Parts: sequence; C-alpha cells; structure tokens
Amino acid sequence: MGFFVEVLISGLMAGVLYSLVALGFVLIFKASGVFNFAQGAMVLFAALTFVRLLDILKDTFAPITLALIITIAMMIMLAIAIERLVLRPLVNQPGISLFMATLGVAYFLDGFGQTLWGSDIYTLDIGIPKGSIFIFESIFEGGVLVAKEDLVATVIAGVLVVTLAIFFQKTRIGRALRAVADDHQAAQSIGIPLNYIWVIVWTVAGLVALVAGVIWGSKLGVQFSLSLIALKALPVLILGGFESVLGAVIGGLIIGSGEKLAEIYLGPYVGGGIEYWFAYMLALGFLMFRPQGLFGEVHIDRV
Amino acid sequence: MNDTDRKLGPTILKVESISLAFGGVKALTNISFEVKQHEILAIIGPNGAGKSSMLNVINGVYHPNAGSITYKGNVRQQMKPYEAASQGIARTFQNIALFKGMSVLDNIMTGRTLKMNAGFLAQCLHIGPARNEEIEHRKKVEEIIDFLQIQSIRKTPVGRLPYGLQKRVELGRALAAEPELLLLDEPMAGMNIEEKEDMSRFILDVNDEFGTTIVLIEHDMGVVMDLSDRIVVLDYGKKIGDGTPTEIRNNKEVIDAYLGVSD
Amino acid sequence: MFYREAGQFKTSYKADQAVFPIFQDKIFVAIWLFIGFVVVPMLASEYMFRAIFIPVIIMALAAIGLNLLVGYCGQVSLGSGAFMAVGAYAAYNFMIRVPELNPLICFLLGGLSATVVGVIFGIPSLRIKGFYLAVATLALQFFTDWTFSRIDWFTNYTPSGSIAVQPIEVLGVVFDSPIRKYFLCLVFLVIFTIIGKNIVRGRIGRAWMATRDMDVAAEIIGIRPVYAKLSAFAVSSFFIGVAGALWAFVHLGSWEPLAFDINLSFSILFMVIIGGLGSIVGGMLGAAFITLLPLFLNQLPVWLGINISTAMISHLEFMIFGALIIFFLAVEPLGLARIWQITKEKLRLWPFPH
Repeated sequence: MGFFVEVLISGLMAGVLYSLVALGFVLIFKASGVFNFAQGAMVLFAALTFVRLLDILKDTFAPITLALIITIAMMIMLAIAIERLVLRPLVNQPGISLFMATLGVAYFLDGFGQTLWGSDIYTLDIGIPKGSIFIFESIFEGGVLVAKEDLVATVIAGVLVVTLAIFFQKTRIGRALRAVADDHQAAQSIGIPLNYIWVIVWTVAGLVALVAGVIWGSKLGVQFSLSLIALKALPVLILGGFESVLGAVIGGLIIGSGEKLAEIYLGPYVGGGIEYWFAYMLALGFLMFRPQGLFGEVHIDRV
Repeated sequence: MNDTDRKLGPTILKVESISLAFGGVKALTNISFEVKQHEILAIIGPNGAGKSSMLNVINGVYHPNAGSITYKGNVRQQMKPYEAASQGIARTFQNIALFKGMSVLDNIMTGRTLKMNAGFLAQCLHIGPARNEEIEHRKKVEEIIDFLQIQSIRKTPVGRLPYGLQKRVELGRALAAEPELLLLDEPMAGMNIEEKEDMSRFILDVNDEFGTTIVLIEHDMGVVMDLSDRIVVLDYGKKIGDGTPTEIRNNKEVIDAYLGVSD
Repeated sequence: MFYREAGQFKTSYKADQAVFPIFQDKIFVAIWLFIGFVVVPMLASEYMFRAIFIPVIIMALAAIGLNLLVGYCGQVSLGSGAFMAVGAYAAYNFMIRVPELNPLICFLLGGLSATVVGVIFGIPSLRIKGFYLAVATLALQFFTDWTFSRIDWFTNYTPSGSIAVQPIEVLGVVFDSPIRKYFLCLVFLVIFTIIGKNIVRGRIGRAWMATRDMDVAAEIIGIRPVYAKLSAFAVSSFFIGVAGALWAFVHLGSWEPLAFDINLSFSILFMVIIGGLGSIVGGMLGAAFITLLPLFLNQLPVWLGINISTAMISHLEFMIFGALIIFFLAVEPLGLARIWQITKEKLRLWPFPH
C-alpha cells in the first residue's frame, strides 16, 4: 500500500507540472480561441533565456532578480511580436489555420532560442531544495518518499492556479478576456481592444511557461526536450477541456498519476514504455465519449 | 397568387406537436401544421420565433424533444440530415452555406451526390461508368445553371460572388437534388427589389414546372403574401396563426405580435 | 503569348471536364514527363538521385496523400509519420512472411494496412474536429512509435530493433542502382497522381471538399459525414502508407522506428501547407521545397565561404521553416501551388495584359 501511494504521489506531482503547461494552453485558448502548439517552445525559450541570463549576470548584485526581469521583458516582447506578426495577419481565419501557424511559431522559437542561447544542457539552480523526505509516516509504515522539489513545484503551481482563477473571475481585465473568448467581434464592438488583450494573454501564458520552464529545468536541466513537454500537456487538455483552468489542473493530475500507475502495474505485461502513449490513448478514449472534456462546454452548431 | 386551378395534392409533410428546447431555452413549443403537395407554405414570425429551428427539425439537423414528423406517410421522430436528403428534402440557409472553396459548377454538382453511384475504383481511374456519370450529371446541372441564368459564372469560385448570386447558387444546389420538398430559409434576405423579383420568379417557376413543394421563411411581407398559398405564424416558439394570406392579414393575434398590443 | 485558351472551344462536357482543358497544359505536362523520364535520367548524377530526386518523389507521394485529407477534406492529421511506418513495417512483414509475393504487391499491401489503421483512427473524426482531431492523430503517432520499437514481432526479432533489407527484385529486375530506384518511384508517383486527380475531380472529391468547407451543409445535401471523412482517411493513408514502404525499402534500405517519428509527420504537414492546401501540384512543390531547403542551407555557407557549425545550421533551418509556415498561412494560404497558378494566369495574358 505504501508503494502504491508513493507511485500515486509521484504521478500526481508530475501531473502538477503537466497542468502548468496545460494552463498556458488554456489561457490562450480561452482568450483567443487559438490552440497554441508553441506553448512547449515557449517553455523552452523562457527557461533557456533565464538560465543563460543567470550565467551572464552571475557577478551582479542580484542575478536571479535581474535575470527574471529581463526574461519577463523578453516574454512580453515575444507576445507583442506574435500578436503583430502571427495573430493580426491571421485574424478571422479558421482556427485550424491559426493552429498550424502556432506550429510554425513553435519551430521558429525552438530554432531562435537555440541560435541565441546555444543548445547544450544547462543546469539551473535557483535554490529550490533538493533531496527527498518522508511524509505520511504516521499513516503508512515507513512513510512515503517524496522529492522536495516536487513539493515546492506543487505549491508554486497551486498558487499560480488560484491566482489565475481569481484573475479570470474577479478582475476587469479577466472579464474582458472572457468576453473576447466568447465573441471577437462583439467584444470589439463594445470597446474591448482586441490586440491589447491578446498581448496580455500571450504574456501571461509566457509567464506561466517561464514558471513551468524553471521548475522543469531545475529538475531535469534546461535542454531541448523541455519543448516536448507540450506534447505531454495535450492529452491533459483533451481530458480537462480546452477552456477550463480547473480542467487543466484535474486533467494533469489524472494523466500524471494514471501514466505512472499504468507503467508500474501494466507496463511489465506489454514490454514497458507505455508512459509514451498511455496519456494519449486515455485522452482518445475519453474523446469518444465526452468530446468536450471534463469541464468543457457543449457547443451547438447553428445553421 | 391563389390560383384556383392549382392542384394541391395530398399531405406530404405533417408536423405534430413538435417541441424543441436547448437546455432551458424553449425554441419550439407544441407546433403542428401540415403541408400539401405542390403547396408553397410560408413560415413567418419575429426574429427568434423559432422559424429556422422548425426547418432544422424538418430536415433532421435538430432532434425534437417531443412530437413527430410524418413525411410521405412515414412517421419519424429522429433522422439524420442525410437521410432527410435521401428522401427528397433539400434546403437553403439563412446565412449562405455554400462550399466557398469550390466553383459554382462544383457546388451545384454536390447537390447531385445522392443521384450518383459510380464505384470507387471506376472513379479512381475515371473510366467508363464514372466518366459517363459525370457527363450525364453535368448536363443536368447545366440545365439548372440555364434555369437560374448563371451561365457566365459557372467556373467562378463562389467565395468571389456577390451576395445575391450566392443565394441563387445555393438555390441551384438545392434544386440539383431534384427535391420533392424544398426548404428555403430567408431566400431573399439582404436583396434589393430587383433581385427579390428574380428570386420570387425562380421560386414560382420551380413550384410550377417541377411541382416541388416549398416551405419558406421570409420577412418581406409583400413577398410572402404574393408567393404563398398558406402561411404559418410563429411567435416565441408557438404557433399563433395558420391560414391563407387573407386570413393571416386579418388575424388579430398576428397583428398584435407584429405591431405590439394596443391597449 | 503561347499560353491561350482563346480559340479552344469545348463542344462537349467531356472535353470541358478534362484534367487539362487547355491544349498548352497538355504540352506542359508532356514536357514535365519528358524531363522526368528522359532528361533527368540522362543528366543526373548518382548523388542527385539519392539525395534529391528519390526522396523528393517519395515525399511528394506522401504529401499528396496528406493533402487529400487535410487540403481536400479538411481533417488535420499529425500522424503521417505513423502511416508511413505502418506501410513500411507491414510491407516488410508481408515480404518476409510470404516470400513468394511480388515486392510491389507487398508495397500495396503495406498501403492497405495503413488504410485499415487510418480508418480506425479516423473514426474519432466523426465526433471531433480541428485540433481535437490533430491530438487524436498524435495518439496514433506515439502508439506506432512504441509498437514498432517495443513489439519485436514486427521487426522479426532483430536484436537491434532496426531493419535492413535487400534491394527489391521485380520480375527479374533488381532495383539496386539509383537510376532504377528513381524510375520505380517515378512510376509510382505518376500513377498515384493520376488516381488522386481523378478522385478529387469526381463525386468523392466534391464530397470531401464540401465536408471541408461546411460540414453541416454537406450533410444536408446528402453527403454522409461517415463516408466522406473515413474515405478521405482511407485513401490518404493508402497513399502515405505506400510512400512509407517506398521510403523504407527504396530510399533508406535500413531503418529503425525513429525514422518515422513525429518530426516526419510535421515535415509532411509543412510540405502540404507550403505547397498549397487542396492542390495536387502543391504536394509535389511542397515536397521538393522542404526536401531541398536543408540541402541548400547546408551548401550556402560553403558557397559563401562562411564557417557555420552544423548545429547552427539546423537551428536556422528550424527558424526558416517556422517563419515560412507563418508566412504562407498569412500571406498565401494556397501556397506555392497558387503562385504557380498566378504565373500561369499571367502567362495567359502575356504579353498583352489588357
């Protein structure tokens, strides 16, 4: 039982990180109806920028703060550039064209980040505690082993999710974002500046990417494979629904724990490595029965 | 246009106590009416009265929550749009629903899909049956193109055409299926007087020459009164009137719905 | 001045529905075929066959296949690599398990296997659209990656997991030299192009395009969505599966599952976008462009005398691909094929544009 819980918890923690990446997708989808395939590339780009700046600035008085500020500034510029060069020319195009365009953005960012910052594996250390501790010792014999960094990541992700939920529900700009998501033209006609909103939401997504990148980066090192975690986040979206912050979180947890448990308990029977596709098959099965996801809304086609 | 010599046939379509709701919103409540063969029936009503929903129920896009539809003697509650099509129901849309990436010719050719049956392999190789079939149906389509007087634009992608012509092409596509029952959703919306006259003439000709039964939604009262044999009036998803144009014109409830109740 | 339709009156619908209604177009195609079958074989070097012509032709076949699905039927797939893998591995298994089968039959059987998989994974398209479907096809991609690397039966228990094959032999002719391989691939491409063109100009093609442009209206006309979408998946995967078999047997000769990973899927999708959605010629142009661009980029520094690392070049390649995708989607969604068409229209008027 202790082992099962250990696997479950490590899965849930991996799931939290999937949720973080999925959150970036959800934000952009909610506010612009764009399925942003470049979210993973943004994670890589943000982490790469951050880790390299940290290296360059390591002799200054506050390397982490400075690097953070500059990275955030770069993510804002990136959001502006994407709005100008990608979204604006493609406005009113079908969603699928925008989706393919973000595929282009992903390729461009992957290349650009590595051209600018190099393509080695960089270790990132910003003081997240390492090592493992035992928890639940009172419940299970011997307790359950968890990595401290996973705990920290979970806390950060939790804070981020709550903040975003409040941002969307309570602030004026959050309401504007939701209005834009419902109907671009209607939002524009009541005086919501579409372009400005897009820049904001892509910036926020960029910041979420930065957080995800820093956490994953300090765990695995900052390297190209960070870009691929976007692929891990897609099934999460299908499960949770593209428009739900809560869905991204719960979907992430289900996928994270599901794939770890499946690997441990089913993997040996089929030769292992099912982590590779388990999440996708789960999502696919889910799609057949509830296409809008756990928390998505049903859309009625009008003719 | 109430020619006495027009022979109305037996009932072709019978709508019985249809109700339709989306979530909590009631789009249609307990609607019943009949359409006779060769008749032109107009459905009128203010915006949001449920007119388009009614058409959508008839050709299977929406499935009613209650009630039944009898078409050519077959009772049914649910059916898929393509099944409706295969039974001879064709349709045009309020917001033009042409295939934008295709030429006028191809758009109208799609209307003949159900009449074509060349095998897959023959189509791959474009031999014998497939080729002859294409040519034979092309002739039919050219007849429709002549009828609607759109010869000069047959190769133009429909996306490039002005609104009025697009509406005409859409009618052509529906006609290509040689329907027995034609549903027209605001065929004259957004047209100028001249275009409306053209369209009215086409509708009457279709009705006359091919004997097609027509159910149409239209806002222009002049057109409705002139064209239709009978009118059904909807308001807030309920039927408030059903009768000849003259009857409708004098129906108290209808006047109230349109002009507001005078206290 | 020479490219005119003036004076060419069509007296029958048959003539008007020909693939190339203008006489000069027929000449054009004849010239291309002449170049393909006569000029290139006379002039090209072995390297050019191996590095340029063979891969471009096979990729063109795959891109045409994907274009049938994405460009004509509007269903986005990120699983082309998987379909190629299915085609390749199925052909391999037919060949080793039924040795008496003609290799070309095995290629076609490989294509048919891809068709079966395509139809199964096309089923979600009946319920889901757009990027949901794209994600579903990614599931296939990951699943096949895993299947062919983990289930040893498919690789006939080779210890390394990679497969090496002998040059194929058809009716006593061994396709071992680049020029023979080239002819083999070219014949495949020509036949499949004709089939593709015939399909898209007939009833099935119209059903696909109608589904793409407005699925609800298509259904109301009587086009069954099940039939339109699944037939697009079937035909498209068949093309891509055959391309996969050719890619493995004729181009690579030996391969491992990684040869058909997600990057290949993206490449083929890029070929379709850059070449032109909904255009057969577009598939060919896109394949040529995407295959040649890296070669060109690798040569460029050499020609210019600049010293750039290969890693840097591959990063630049990513950037250029990305930028081109955005450019074409935003500026010329119909891709290179549209540019080709505009050139033709200009030619039609040249030299008297008014």
